[in-house]
Amino acid sequence: MVDIATRPPIDWSTPAARARRKSRYAANRRLQAYGIAAISLAIGLLGILIISLIATGYSAFVTTRITVDFPISTEYVNPEDPARGNYRAVVKAGIEELFPNVTGPDERALGQLLTNNTQFMVRDAVVADPSVIGGKLSLSVPASDPFDQLNKGLVDRNTPEDERRVTDQQIQWFDQLEAEGRVSTPFNWGLFFNSDSRFPELAGLAGAIVGSFYALLVCFLVAFPIGIAAAIYLEEFAPRNRWTDLIEVNINNLAAVPSIVFGLLGLAVFLNFIGLPRSAPLVGGLVLALMTLPTIIIVTRASLKAIPPSIREAGLGIGASKHQMVMHHVLPLALPGILTGTIIGLAQALGETAPLLLIGMNAFITSPPGGILDAATALPTQVFIWADSPERGFVALTSAGILVLLGFLIIMNSIAIFLRQRLERSW
Amino acid sequence: MNDASMSAEMTANLSKSLDFDQAAKPKVVAKDVNVFYGEKQALFDVSIDIVEKSVTAFIGPSGCGKSTFLRCINRMNDTIEGCVVKGGISLDGDDIYAPSLDVVELRARVGMVFQKPNPFPKSIYENVSYGPRIHGLARGKTELDEIVESSLKRAGLWEEVKDRLNEPGTGLSGGQQQRLCIARAIAVSPEVILMDEPCSALDPIATARIEELIDELRANFTIIIVTHSMQQAARVSQRTAFFHLGILVELGATEQIFTNPSDKRTQDYITGRFG
Ligand SMILES: Nc1ncnc2c1ncn2[C@@H]1O[C@H](COP(=O)(O)OP(=O)(O)OP(=O)(O)O)[C@@H](O)[C@H]1O
Ligand SMILES: [Mg+2]
Repeated sequence: MVDIATRPPIDWSTPAARARRKSRYAANRRLQAYGIAAISLAIGLLGILIISLIATGYSAFVTTRITVDFPISTEYVNPEDPARGNYRAVVKAGIEELFPNVTGPDERALGQLLTNNTQFMVRDAVVADPSVIGGKLSLSVPASDPFDQLNKGLVDRNTPEDERRVTDQQIQWFDQLEAEGRVSTPFNWGLFFNSDSRFPELAGLAGAIVGSFYALLVCFLVAFPIGIAAAIYLEEFAPRNRWTDLIEVNINNLAAVPSIVFGLLGLAVFLNFIGLPRSAPLVGGLVLALMTLPTIIIVTRASLKAIPPSIREAGLGIGASKHQMVMHHVLPLALPGILTGTIIGLAQALGETAPLLLIGMNAFITSPPGGILDAATALPTQVFIWADSPERGFVALTSAGILVLLGFLIIMNSIAIFLRQRLERSW
Repeated sequence: MNDASMSAEMTANLSKSLDFDQAAKPKVVAKDVNVFYGEKQALFDVSIDIVEKSVTAFIGPSGCGKSTFLRCINRMNDTIEGCVVKGGISLDGDDIYAPSLDVVELRARVGMVFQKPNPFPKSIYENVSYGPRIHGLARGKTELDEIVESSLKRAGLWEEVKDRLNEPGTGLSGGQQQRLCIARAIAVSPEVILMDEPCSALDPIATARIEELIDELRANFTIIIVTHSMQQAARVSQRTAFFHLGILVELGATEQIFTNPSDKRTQDYITGRFG
């Protein structure tokens, strides 16, 4: 053993010492370079994802509309009962007025310019304002999907006629309408305010947004109180023994269970055993709650653990009961962390698809669900449905749906970050 | 106090100290207290009387069990997993480890001030009013206000904080925070106040203020203070207990302990030969 006092003074300037220092700095720089490379890769991939989504999805954020003056003659519409008029004929008359020279079989092809639901839109407009009966109703109606695509430049006019869904004749008519200033391209509010439809030009996310909202509401109302109660018990009151260890391990396991398993569980328990309605946000929310529960328990326990023992001692030392100590001091201090974790858990639940498909929350519904027991879709399952549809227009809608979903996720995570920064405290 | 199980040496020490306070009434009496942390024994047969309305200082090298014993007196050790307390401690003759005893009430009667100031991250007012509120000591807001004011006055903090009672207690300086913790403790009118190295995080000026305060509080409260500073023990206490390796080595009048200790270990410790 070398006695430290008798050792000669260390020479820090020898070449060997210098080389050691140099290699240490080099290692430092390498580590930094790896980190920067990893982050650049991650950001690059994310960028590619978003750019490709925007590239395919942007066109769904605008829509093509054609303004037509429909003659509402009393021949077709009874002023006493406007809801039951022959609006098919009204639409036909409106189109004929635009192109008086087109007759015969061509008239059918002409009718394809407008969306299929035009007659119902005209009806609703007339019912809303019966004073137009006998006069003219100027209404801008969505163009049908092929012409929507044409207008957005997504149909190549140079492809042979039999390989595209619009004929040369139809293109000529459309160009004529455009020349007359009857074609407009406004923002597609229908994406947010319409429900699903078989026709891409009419399909929107309203039903899915409402369905997701109800499901998340149920999920929150179930998972939040149960999760917090369980976490408080485990963290503050439960004795440390083999049983609580077992519970702890299983909660951690539960957080790692694939979501489809929860879907199967929901199918077996909530639908087949309890007999709750299929496709309902109630069931979706319960399944999502099962998934979110372990997350909430884990973040709540972590937040409770992070409260310094000195605060607990202060409470107990002054004669607070354990319950008072937890409720008055520990829980309020842990709440920001709990809320942050809960929001992140809910954001995960919002994007969850597989369990919702299993319990049927991919219903085709044309109006938003009225409550938690109605059949519904959710945002991710709506994207799934659209991704599966053949029409060209649904391709853009799928990307747009994903963008909207990502938008909601970003909003939720921003709220979580905001809360964390706002309410964070240091001891 | 003549327990057969006690060593002759200890009996001699204790009877000596007993002579000293024959007139004084014991507030807290501990008898053969043994404390275990799991397998490890931290205190061995500690027997001690704490005299009412006086300051008793616990001194001894680090790890000798001063805090452990202090925390037995308000049963804060209950919160430590695996901590077992054997023997008897009584407060005014009532066994505090009796199953019928209510810990919440005990901790209201035996307040505690910790080594590191630990105000609640709430307003100064809420810090002081919390104890009276949970114990239902005040009828109405005005009475609570009075308790807060008088507690802060007795803790010597009133003049500094009277205009900012609604500001967070954690925004005060370290010394002010510790006085706030003392105000919080005395707000529930405890009979005994336990202080575990209350000045170890404070500068000399703040320490002097706390020491002054302890001297004033002695008139109304029974105070037990753990300290590593011999000078502090000598300044503030009337009686001093010296612990070593989990054993209460010597207990006596402070003057006697510091000028004429009867045990060699005490002598070595106060002269700085170990510790
Ligand atoms: N929570 C605990 N778990 C296990 N052992 C403990 C625990 N607290 C204290 N001990 C042990 O009990 C013995 C006495 O500790 P204690 O804290 O009472 O010492 P102390 O006299 O207050 O020391 P110090 O002056 O450093 O504060 C020490 O050996 C310590 O290691
Ligand atoms: Mg200690």
